[in-house]
Amino acid sequence: MITLENINKSFGSMIVLNDISVTFEAGKTNLIIGQSGSGKTVLLKSIIGLHEVDSGKIFYSDRDFTAMNLKSRKNIRQEMGMVFQGGALFDSMTVEENVLFPLDMFSKMNDAEKIDRVNFCLNRVNIKNSNHLYPSEISGGMQKRVAIARAIALNPKYLFCDEPNSGLDPVTAIVIDNLIQEITKEFNMTTIINTHDMNSVMEIGENILFISKGFKAWEGTKEEIFNTNNKALNDFVFASDLYQKIKKVNRSI
Amino acid sequence: MGLFEHVGKFSRFLVLVVSKPEKGRTFFSHILKEIHKLGVNSIGIVVIISLFMGAVIALQTAYNMQNPLLPDYLVGYTTRESMLLEFSSTIVGLILAGKVGSNIASEIGSMRVTEQIDALEIMGVNSASFLVLPKIIAAVFINPFLYILSVFVGILGGLSAGYLTGTVAISDFIYGVQFGFIPYYITYSLIKTCVFAFIITAVPSYYGYFVKGGALEVGKASTKAVVNSSILILLSNLILTQILLK
Repeated sequence: MITLENINKSFGSMIVLNDISVTFEAGKTNLIIGQSGSGKTVLLKSIIGLHEVDSGKIFYSDRDFTAMNLKSRKNIRQEMGMVFQGGALFDSMTVEENVLFPLDMFSKMNDAEKIDRVNFCLNRVNIKNSNHLYPSEISGGMQKRVAIARAIALNPKYLFCDEPNSGLDPVTAIVIDNLIQEITKEFNMTTIINTHDMNSVMEIGENILFISKGFKAWEGTKEEIFNTNNKALNDFVFASDLYQKIKKVNRSI
Repeated sequence: MGLFEHVGKFSRFLVLVVSKPEKGRTFFSHILKEIHKLGVNSIGIVVIISLFMGAVIALQTAYNMQNPLLPDYLVGYTTRESMLLEFSSTIVGLILAGKVGSNIASEIGSMRVTEQIDALEIMGVNSASFLVLPKIIAAVFINPFLYILSVFVGILGGLSAGYLTGTVAISDFIYGVQFGFIPYYITYSLIKTCVFAFIITAVPSYYGYFVKGGALEVGKASTKAVVNSSILILLSNLILTQILLK
């Protein structure tokens, strides 16, 4: 479980996050949604410590991340896995070496155990016979899956995904979404996904935080999202014709 | 950003870089890879440039010594002194600042803009130390060997050019190479080479590490890295020469 209390963040005079408080539960896919520039990436990067918050507290279970020194943060980071928007695979390493990397750095396994774990993670994300290919030699969808495999290599408690299906076709995007949700349940991780893709929201949004102009504008589930009166959220969700039609059908029923 | 801000940021960066490596075995294997990438892969260019420069120094010295009172062995002596004192340390340093420096800045810069450095940080890896320290250690270790190779090949180039053009006899040239030899000059040049090796790796790493934006900014960072490391090499050459040869 990750809890945010009154998070504020600004860059110079520009306030990006304004008094955000929320709890992300374990074993659930927690989504942060919002328009581009709403502050969701800054929020995600603040949670994982790539940005320092100006004020407020971030708790990993009961551990205050904002009060930790560098060494403690380093330890807690070994409990985190992150899937970046572009995959962020190490392009000078093969698929196998990418997944092996965190194990090499932080696990006490012997070489055979490490390779077993790499193969387990790659199998789990349905990557087969690609161990010795470089990231540039595989498709975008495969890169995302390898990134997920790398993120779960150390069996993390917390999984963060920044727009995991951006740039993917709808079918592959659903595969990635479902994979993240399955892994979240299987390993009881606290998963936070940053997205502005409504298909993802409707597919896997168990706990949704909507951010608008740096404020927490709404929080709920995918079932509640169609019946909200929040104008900013309605403008965001029903921006497309498809969702406007779905809303009309829902009302007529 | 002003000069003092850069100095402060660079100092903080170095503090991060010199922190204890995460895992000894991985760190050692990275050093070996960097020795190959930065040192072994530079042997070709060092040999070619040194060979031709040694030859040109020998020929220019020979053609400018029209005075019969000047002995022929001065060609060998001048070639040795030029290679030993300046060319093999400073000029090779400048050439490597271009070759190795741009490579390092673009490699680390690309990792920054594609979030690979963020990925390292999220895993709990000190990215600055992980990426930069093996490069610095590798260059400081291997560049003295490149220096020695350059001196040797340069003198060989001078000898060959003198002999092939008939401007100086081999025996005169070899006598000149041995004449008035001061061993301390090698120590002086090796110290310079190590300092230049540090500049060639640390400065481009700094520019690559803090790059913001995309491919265009990586290119700009690479250019800045080469220009500024070259300036720093020249400046430190002046300072070291004053300190070490006083």
